[in-house]
Amino acid sequence: MLKYRINKLNELFSSIAENRLLYIPSDGTDGRAHYTRWQDGIVLSDKLNTVRSAKDFFFPQSENLIEFERNGKEIKVNDIRKEPEDFVIFGVRACDAASFDILDRVFLSEPVDSYYASRREHGIVMTLACDRPAETCFCTTFGIDPACPGGDISCWQSGDWIYIEANTEKGKVFLNGLDLAMEQCDENEIAEDKKVICERIGKLPINNLPMDCFGAGKTETYFNDPAWAKLSESCLGCGTCTFVCPTCQCYDIKDFDTGSSIRRFRCWDSCMYSDFTMMSAGQPRPTQLERFRQRFMHKLVYFPENNDGIFGCVGCGRCLSRCPISMNIVKVIKNLGGNSNV
Amino acid sequence: MQKVTRDILIDRAAELLASGMVNRVLGWRSGEFFYDVVPAVFRSEADMRDGFVFDDFCGCNFSKYLVKESARSDGRILVFLKPCDTYSYNQLLTEHRFDAEKTYVIGVPCDGMLDIGRIKERVGEGVIGIEAEGDELIVKTLYDGDKRMKREDALPDRCRHCKGKKHVAFDELIGEECEENDENASGRFEGVAELEAMTSEQRYFFWQNELSRCIRCNACRDVCPACTCEKCVFDNPKSGVENKAASDSFEEKLFHIIRAFHVAGRCTDCGECSRVCPQHIPLHLLNRKFISDINGLYGEYQAGETVGSRSPMVDYSRADLDPSEAIGKREE
Ligand code: SF4
Ligand code: SF4
Ligand code: SF4
Ligand code: SF4
Repeated sequence: MLKYRINKLNELFSSIAENRLLYIPSDGTDGRAHYTRWQDGIVLSDKLNTVRSAKDFFFPQSENLIEFERNGKEIKVNDIRKEPEDFVIFGVRACDAASFDILDRVFLSEPVDSYYASRREHGIVMTLACDRPAETCFCTTFGIDPACPGGDISCWQSGDWIYIEANTEKGKVFLNGLDLAMEQCDENEIAEDKKVICERIGKLPINNLPMDCFGAGKTETYFNDPAWAKLSESCLGCGTCTFVCPTCQCYDIKDFDTGSSIRRFRCWDSCMYSDFTMMSAGQPRPTQLERFRQRFMHKLVYFPENNDGIFGCVGCGRCLSRCPISMNIVKVIKNLGGNSNV
Repeated sequence: MQKVTRDILIDRAAELLASGMVNRVLGWRSGEFFYDVVPAVFRSEADMRDGFVFDDFCGCNFSKYLVKESARSDGRILVFLKPCDTYSYNQLLTEHRFDAEKTYVIGVPCDGMLDIGRIKERVGEGVIGIEAEGDELIVKTLYDGDKRMKREDALPDRCRHCKGKKHVAFDELIGEECEENDENASGRFEGVAELEAMTSEQRYFFWQNELSRCIRCNACRDVCPACTCEKCVFDNPKSGVENKAASDSFEEKLFHIIRAFHVAGRCTDCGECSRVCPQHIPLHLLNRKFISDINGLYGEYQAGETVGSRSPMVDYSRADLDPSEAIGKREE
């Protein structure tokens, strides 16, 4: 394990930014944290997490895929993608780091999504332990440990120091390549901090939701549950929950007529939308009830069914704090699980 | 703190349910925390006793829900409306979006609703309780014990500059009806004045910065009581302008300006758009700019003040300014 003086954080950032683009959570004019390209003067936010999740770096809200040009009877196909630059995201929380594993299962399984894969290859994830988790955090429900946040490199802020440890080969090579005099240290130095985080997590109001009743094979159990009607009755169908969610992965592919060519792009889509997976025969989920049910069944039943029991939620709490009607996955879990107060 | 308690509202709703006057109640259901109430339909007194709340976090405006909910079944639905919500109610009636006979409105007084975002801005994450003490709030936090803040600082913009505490539509009122509070309402256009005082470059930068955060979730549109088209052009694959990609800030700006135009003269300034925006974009400033321009150019007009009033945007009188004059006048 390495450590570096926290008052010299700027030097750490500047060293990272020498060879790579560096993004860190920083407060915007709205007083909330957003990933911001680091340059001198950009300060690390003290907020727990960013409004948008870190999935944007690997799966951006919209991206151009390919372009078609017509010349007489010929159609020329142009690969218009740009090779991403090497980048580092610093300050990713354990929940968001875990969301990358979920996205990987979707985008890196055959056939591999080469757009996503190339961003993953070029990116290094530096996580930061959560010393002050929020009341809306429930990552531990999914076995995520905010005291050991994962990614390529984990960091802890403690006293005068920032502690740094590589978890992957990529992380190790990267740290070794930094032109910085970091001190070697024993990992026991942060044992107490980790313990404090554990204790704090233990006191959170929704930290350990009972998940045994969900997962593979539960489609029949919940699909026709009368609770869906009540849970979805005031949903606006805005899709905010899906856009801020680090694990929501649905997209639409569309063509844009530039006047001289057709540009094919993809953009995030949301199962909450009325035209989601619209087919010539119409919309397979005609009312908000079915759309709402899809979002949660996907995370709690279908995803684990197809992915070794792993749930499609990391407990980041974003949908809890951003939904305009305060409906969210925790209320769904509690209602379907039968211990509701909603 | 709200002067009317949950029990007073439940007692009255129970009477109306028992008498058959209404068969369901649109109200607020308590959540996991003290602030995350959900709009819900209650069908029995027992259900209300179990989960109904009325407190400082019941900010959401129910008027728009009446469009969908009143069409869902026969019988009247009881709805609790705060003063500002009643403007939206009237505006929706003006636009024939639902049948007033299928609703029963109880006007509830409001002392301003709190914004959990504002509270967290002051005290940080990890809030687990709240108490009111005079003009102050005592926020219970996970890590810093009790933190005090001024109640005023926890108010969203719409409540800070409340239009007035009078209900403009109701079947009955509960609690004391206050007289209009002009002192507050006068601050309503302060933000607009600040924007107007900027140079066009500064203003451009301001909106560029704000709207660049937009993720095009369309929550602002979905919650807006003036946006009740059954199929929004932006959702309609056949419209040619359907778009769910936040492609660039130019497009985001256009979307918001088009939306602001579309609701001009119909927007009651209920503030729901700014309340729901996950990106904290001050959308109400766009609408208030339109309202203040309409007031200045065509005379004071408040959408939703009465049912059936014609907005200056769709009305014509010979005395109206010519559009070219209007532009000139605005630029003076
Ligand atoms: S659950 Fe909430 S955030 Fe998600 S679509 Fe419904 S209203 Fe919007
Ligand atoms: S469902 Fe909600 S809590 Fe779970 S990962 Fe998505 S935004 Fe976070
Ligand atoms: S959900 Fe867990 S990892 Fe994410 S911010 Fe909260 S405590 Fe940290
Ligand atoms: S609610 Fe906010 S983020 Fe969503 S579309 Fe409206 S302005 Fe954009």
